[in-house]
Amino acid sequence: MAELSSTLLYIAFILYLIGTFFFGGSIRDKRGKDEKTNRWARLGIAAAILGFLSQLGYFVTRWIAAGHAPVSNLFEFTTFFGMMLVGAFIIIYFIYKLSALGLFTLPVALLLIAYASMFPTEISPLIPALQSDWLKIHVTTAAAGQAILAISFVAGVLYLTKVVDQSKATKKTFWLEFVMFVLVTTLAFVIVTTVFRAMDYESVFKWIDKNGQEAEMEFHLPALVAPHEGELLTKDRLAGFVELPAILSARKVNTVLWSTFVGLILYGVIRLILRKRISAALQPLVKNLNLDVVDEIGYRSVAIGFPVFTLGALIFAMIWAQIAWTRFWGWDPKEVWALITWLFYAAYLHLRLSRGWHGEKSAWLAVIGFAIIMFNLIFVNLVIAGLHSYA
Amino acid sequence: MNHVKCECGHVNPFGTVLCENCGRALAAEGEGNSEKLHDMRYDGSARRSQTYNKTIVDKVWNFFSSVKVGVWLIVITLIASAIGTIFPQELYIPSNVTPEQFYKDEYGILGQLYYQLGFHRLYGSWWYMTLIASIGISLVICSLDRVIPLYRALKNQGVSRHESFLKRQRLFSESYVDNIEKNVEQVKKNLTARRYRIREENGNILAEKNRFSRWGPYVNHIGLIIFLIGAMLRFFPGMYVDEVLWLREGETKEIPGTNGEYYLKHHQFILETYQKEKEKDVFQEAIDRVGDGSVAKNFQSNVTLYKKQGDSLPGEEPKLKEVKDFSIRVNEPLKFDSYAVYQVNYKLNELNKMTFDLIDKKSGKSFGKVVIDLLNPEKKYDLGNGYAVEIASYLPDFYFDDEGNPATRSRVPNNPAFVFKMIAPDRPKGETSFVAIQQTIEPNENNKYKMKFSGIETKNLTGLVVRKDLTLWVLGVGGAIFMIGLIQGLYWQHRRIWLKADNGKIMLAGHTNKNWFGLKNELDIILRDTEIQKPVDQKQLKE
Ligand code: HEM
Repeated sequence: MAELSSTLLYIAFILYLIGTFFFGGSIRDKRGKDEKTNRWARLGIAAAILGFLSQLGYFVTRWIAAGHAPVSNLFEFTTFFGMMLVGAFIIIYFIYKLSALGLFTLPVALLLIAYASMFPTEISPLIPALQSDWLKIHVTTAAAGQAILAISFVAGVLYLTKVVDQSKATKKTFWLEFVMFVLVTTLAFVIVTTVFRAMDYESVFKWIDKNGQEAEMEFHLPALVAPHEGELLTKDRLAGFVELPAILSARKVNTVLWSTFVGLILYGVIRLILRKRISAALQPLVKNLNLDVVDEIGYRSVAIGFPVFTLGALIFAMIWAQIAWTRFWGWDPKEVWALITWLFYAAYLHLRLSRGWHGEKSAWLAVIGFAIIMFNLIFVNLVIAGLHSYA
Repeated sequence: MNHVKCECGHVNPFGTVLCENCGRALAAEGEGNSEKLHDMRYDGSARRSQTYNKTIVDKVWNFFSSVKVGVWLIVITLIASAIGTIFPQELYIPSNVTPEQFYKDEYGILGQLYYQLGFHRLYGSWWYMTLIASIGISLVICSLDRVIPLYRALKNQGVSRHESFLKRQRLFSESYVDNIEKNVEQVKKNLTARRYRIREENGNILAEKNRFSRWGPYVNHIGLIIFLIGAMLRFFPGMYVDEVLWLREGETKEIPGTNGEYYLKHHQFILETYQKEKEKDVFQEAIDRVGDGSVAKNFQSNVTLYKKQGDSLPGEEPKLKEVKDFSIRVNEPLKFDSYAVYQVNYKLNELNKMTFDLIDKKSGKSFGKVVIDLLNPEKKYDLGNGYAVEIASYLPDFYFDDEGNPATRSRVPNNPAFVFKMIAPDRPKGETSFVAIQQTIEPNENNKYKMKFSGIETKNLTGLVVRKDLTLWVLGVGGAIFMIGLIQGLYWQHRRIWLKADNGKIMLAGHTNKNWFGLKNELDIILRDTEIQKPVDQKQLKE
């Protein structure tokens, strides 16, 4: 069962990839000007739906194998988030029939799933705090809410790709390009991790942690930085060029450094090939977009996602916290970041009430909103220690 | 002064922008509106904040009713909240160091600054509370400022609208058709099929649906207010109990916070971990990675709950009546009355009893055993035949203080030490000896007798939290109302379609408070089988 489950996830991944190409084709295809009848677009949405079903199969089989909902660690949560993103896209696609949305959403889902797979993927038993029905209720709704909200990010990027003037370098071109760079860096992280994993790279350091205790730290990427008073125990491995203070986790910093370096190289290569900004290269793909519709997709996904997010990430979360942690609210970092996300989208909705915040400004806001969601998913999980168990 | 009369004869409240009845523009609309479209957000009704700005009350009112101010408040709160997560809050730091020390040692200069600025207690700080309170005030004023005029405007809206009103709607079309009646009939049929409510007045039609969704924001704001009030209630005495209760196995104690009404007996504490051989195959890999037996599976306290019967005098043993047996686990608190008791902590193997033999040092002969209850040692243990042991001094958590004198850190027997006085028939005054774990000190080196350590008994402790929160239902009501309001306002849209027919011409205008795309698609259906022109969107976004 567990094997079947991984296979299904793999198939879903491939299908999303295929779907991306179909959606790409549907935009380049000049004949099917009417998107509703465009053959490529129909193939694209079919691939997305099949991929979604396959991933649903992964989810169900893994649930059966584990005996609990597979949303209990970072790998499971992030893949689920990817699946919800595709699900939200499919729904929005049937309302607005916009191929470009598929072309931009599926790669984000692909990146999410690939990113997730870099973390331990085995099925693990539940610690006592997670043994509750509220695990599935809270986590799935929260993820669904975030995924729907994330569609507004994709719409925002589409909007900006079209409207930002690429003929000269401005703050806008910089930040839009920065979004592209972050996506490339995520890809770089996946590549680096996969390559060294295939090589079975491992080095072990002895080091002194912040409590003055001696401890061991394992690296799976060559150490560019060494832990505090670190001493390499494995032979013939990189010993690190700089030693970090004890409060920083050398392994995490090392991973960030590797991803950034490789990301820069990868980005440089792409720029050399394209001979222009990535966002400039993408611009022709969106030139037929109706901006009004893209703006409305962005707004509607917030309007639809906001209640779902409130329910999952705040209300259900509070109910569960009252049961598991004795209080419904405790200012744990993850809780606070859920609140921040919520306040942010509340501000977004209110700004939409006034003139002048539609269109481009909204699009930038949607990008910031997604950055907050990702910050909560990645940074708060990995860096700020809290009660939420999947660190 | 208090009313404005429109050309159509309708009397509007002072400050009205668009006549409630016919929609004619009464006042120059706000600046920035030289465009030709009406600002329909509150149907051009008279809002207090847009009308008066003289007295202090006006100014305060206007300040808080501005959405711009509301958004600023939200954004500032958001940023402040984020700052609070840079370093852990005081609540989450280890309790054995002072906060001042902790932030300095862990995070250096920045940590020190964080501490000095009070960010370590950010969420309870007066200015954070003020921010939340201002959002609350803003919510109330802002909602009142709009909901009443909006209600009036929608209630009083006329069916026949002036041409100028229709022309300045975002969706508008003018069509010349041969058979007006037939077309109008068809439109009406289509509108009914789309569940519009239709009102008619000499050739004018107003079709409307989902007006209730306009109240969504106000409903959700009410929910929020109730929630905030609920959160404040907790500061009233009696609403809220939060106590810690540590119980050893076998111990019975009054449950704190229950005014002596309830008692809890702890039978056994169970800690289980995931063991490789006992778990399903799929878990093997995960257990291997983190280490066999290192992941907790269950924390459980088996307890019995008692209720006190009648009154008892202080010091008197209370009469207890058993209420129920229960296993408290994480996620499964023990509930009774309005209380809940949670599993949150534990301590394994605390020293509980120590056993010593009183022996003759030379021959090793024993004269009896002394079992000392470390939590409640007796003064004197009589061993018969003239042998006895007195405890002259007891240090449950022994250490040497700065001056090198023996002292105790706490009342918890983490490292017990005793000064024994050993009495025997040949030593009637007794010999003194200081005994701690792994060491014995004799003041006058030549004792005949000795307390020989022979064994310990340990017990597990469970750490429970006792909670009562009478505010929960208020929060629940607030949360539910908030959700209802959200869904009401965001999943439906208020749509209106006006139709004006005269002289062979049909004018059609449409308005929705959001989701124009949806309205345009719906208009395709509504105008099906008619000759009426599809309305043009007069406000496509500018590139
Ligand atoms: C965190 C607190 C708040 C939340 C979660 C919240 C939530 C909402 C939501 C979901 C809407 C509906 C938006 C839409 O339909 O597009 C709304 C509308 C609105 N809110 Fe808030 N709100 C909050 C605070 C405030 C504050 C402080 C103000 C005061 C300035 C305010 C004023 C308004 C107004 C004027 C509307 C529009 C009403 C209408 O369209 O008839 N809100 N609010």
